[in-house]
Amino acid sequence: MPERKFAIQKPALTPFNVVAGIIVVIGVAITGIRFTQGLAATTNLSDYNPWGIWIGFDLLVGVALAAGGYVTSAACYLFGLKRFHSAVRPAILTGFLGYALVVLALHYDVGRPWRLPYPFIVQSGTTSLLFEVAACVALYLTVLFIEFTPAALEWLGLKRARRIVNKLTLVLTIFGVVLSTLHQSSLGALFLIAPSKLHPLWYSPYLALYFFVSSIVAGLSMVIFESTLSHRYFHDKMDTEHLQEADGVALGFGKAAAFVLAGYFVMKVIGLAQTNAWSYLSTGYGLWFLVELLGFVLLPCYAYAIGVREKNLKVIRWTAAWTVLGIVVNRFNVGLIAFNWHLPSSERYFPHWMEIGISVFVVTLGVLAYRFIVTHMPILYAHPDYDKH
Amino acid sequence: MSISRRTFLGWLGAAGAGTSLGRSAHAAGTANFTGYPDSLGVLFDATRCIGCRKCEEACNRVNELPAPAKPFSDLAVLDRKRRTDAKTYMVINRYDNIPGAKGPVYRKIQCNHCLEPACASACFVRAFAKNSNGAVTYDESVCVGCRYCMIACPFEIPTYEYDRAFTPRIMKCTFCQPRLLKGQLPGCVEICPAEALTFGRRRHLLKIARERIGLFPARYIDHIYGETEMGGTTWLTISGVPFRELGMREDLGTTSAPELTKGALSVVPIVAGLWPVLLTGIYAISQRKDRIAREEKAAAVDEAVTRARAEAKAKLAEALAKADKDKKAAIDKEVKKALADAAKAKVQETAAASAAAPEKKSS
Repeated sequence: MPERKFAIQKPALTPFNVVAGIIVVIGVAITGIRFTQGLAATTNLSDYNPWGIWIGFDLLVGVALAAGGYVTSAACYLFGLKRFHSAVRPAILTGFLGYALVVLALHYDVGRPWRLPYPFIVQSGTTSLLFEVAACVALYLTVLFIEFTPAALEWLGLKRARRIVNKLTLVLTIFGVVLSTLHQSSLGALFLIAPSKLHPLWYSPYLALYFFVSSIVAGLSMVIFESTLSHRYFHDKMDTEHLQEADGVALGFGKAAAFVLAGYFVMKVIGLAQTNAWSYLSTGYGLWFLVELLGFVLLPCYAYAIGVREKNLKVIRWTAAWTVLGIVVNRFNVGLIAFNWHLPSSERYFPHWMEIGISVFVVTLGVLAYRFIVTHMPILYAHPDYDKH
Repeated sequence: MSISRRTFLGWLGAAGAGTSLGRSAHAAGTANFTGYPDSLGVLFDATRCIGCRKCEEACNRVNELPAPAKPFSDLAVLDRKRRTDAKTYMVINRYDNIPGAKGPVYRKIQCNHCLEPACASACFVRAFAKNSNGAVTYDESVCVGCRYCMIACPFEIPTYEYDRAFTPRIMKCTFCQPRLLKGQLPGCVEICPAEALTFGRRRHLLKIARERIGLFPARYIDHIYGETEMGGTTWLTISGVPFRELGMREDLGTTSAPELTKGALSVVPIVAGLWPVLLTGIYAISQRKDRIAREEKAAAVDEAVTRARAEAKAKLAEALAKADKDKKAAIDKEVKKALADAAKAKVQETAAASAAAPEKKSS
């Protein structure tokens, strides 16, 4: 809708812009400290706790919540659910931004970020699950970038290039699902090597499966959650197709999420039996585990099911937000809270404020990039000059 | 029977290929790596250690590590439990008030140089190497600094130079590999005045440890720590008190790190091979369903149109027939009317004529 470009200019100093601006300024300042003074000056990492929230949140949560891209494109292009077509572009965009920011955040976390390509160009440690994660994330970021380009190419008016990329849709989608299956699962499998450090309630030979299945839930819920926010802030950017399909997307994805959550719940219970970790349920960690399992898996499963049956979009949208929070809780548990549970509290990790600052900064960059792109490129509407793809 | 040279050589080749194939298949199926056969190691006997910290001092010196805040002669340092850090490859800790022990017991902490090291298995740039002499060494020139080795190590040995902004390294005991290669003993072993450290081939050390436990069963716990822990280590410990009293994990299990992750890694070819096939299949099915739905719709539309046409035709024909009939009827009626009119007119004419005739006659 090109005519919208001529809408009245909004004032620059909105409360959102002011807050975002402050966060960006602080983020840039911490970035300066991090890359001149090192990790010790900006983090609470220690020899016992080599991974903090830059891994627990930025990597584990970031990758899980960026799963909407592969889930939506698979639903639309592979499973033939064309009625979700209008949800594909926003989901691909968030996926792309999510992965780009994960990679950006990793530059803060690793000691020598300029060596991040080393596993591919200098020496490969193929016995490492981290190698699998690195390889798949690098490739998938490329796939997402190509999948995102049609919107940018339409914006730039490069019709020929856009036609070529469109022909790749099927191959890219399949490749994306393969790569996502591999690295979503291997993020969980990273912890398989440390059975003595991760609490028995969370340590399971099924960790890889748990991470993969919960990433589907994360992807589905994120699409609903994001679309809720987009409807509030970018309603004027949406075309009739998007507006007409939006409720159907929420209902369809909510239904899928209810089923996947039910499967995930069963797998978690079987996992408890497999490692015979029942006796831990009566401890403090057990209580927290039950909060996660009942409060953030079973409850949203029910809530989604009821929301879908009653066609109550309000319930579905709140459940989506709750489920996203549940994914954060789960990744924090595995990466930070239940990890190193054997250590005395004096040796446990709590993030430095600058670590939190960088995480907030990275998320803010994502929101700003999303806003810029949806206000300039055909994401929430189809470009009138092009066919559907 | 005579065999040509060519045939004989052919058989030989086939036999050779057969045996080599058989061997590799066997190796893949039941591989059980139990460490390099002549691996070196060190046995630490906690019943002999007097906690003098000489080994710490020697370690610091031979590895050219920064000088500590307090001198090595200061034994008050032992009042606190310490661990390895970026400036210390090894530490001695003192454990007091252990039930059954007469006095304090000391324990040496350093890299155990696992037979199948978790750090090496976890490293995605192969910065760690398990050398055939037993030492696990680290190559800083490729290290990215992801610190996954620190997550992976069950003994919590690798440490990181968090305070270096540009060239942070993983720091850990090297088994004094440079000294070993020169034929020298590790620094700590060389200096130990109490013979608490015994250097040798790992298999000999296991024998020595068993002999000591066998000769003095009351003095030792009947376990060699490191013989099987996490698949086995080249540095071994024997003690007179339970190992957990010395802060050593007794719940590590005997599974080596590569064993823990190989299942997850084996999923890669399954997903990479099977997913594209399955997903293309799903795509093809959904396309086919769409196509069939489209065709069925088209057929239904066709049929409906044909039927409608036929009906319309029939209706038209009927209407035409009716129109025809009506027309005929109308014509008939008109004709009849005309005839009637004509007849009437004729009658009137005749009547008029007959009336006029007398008039004519009369005029």
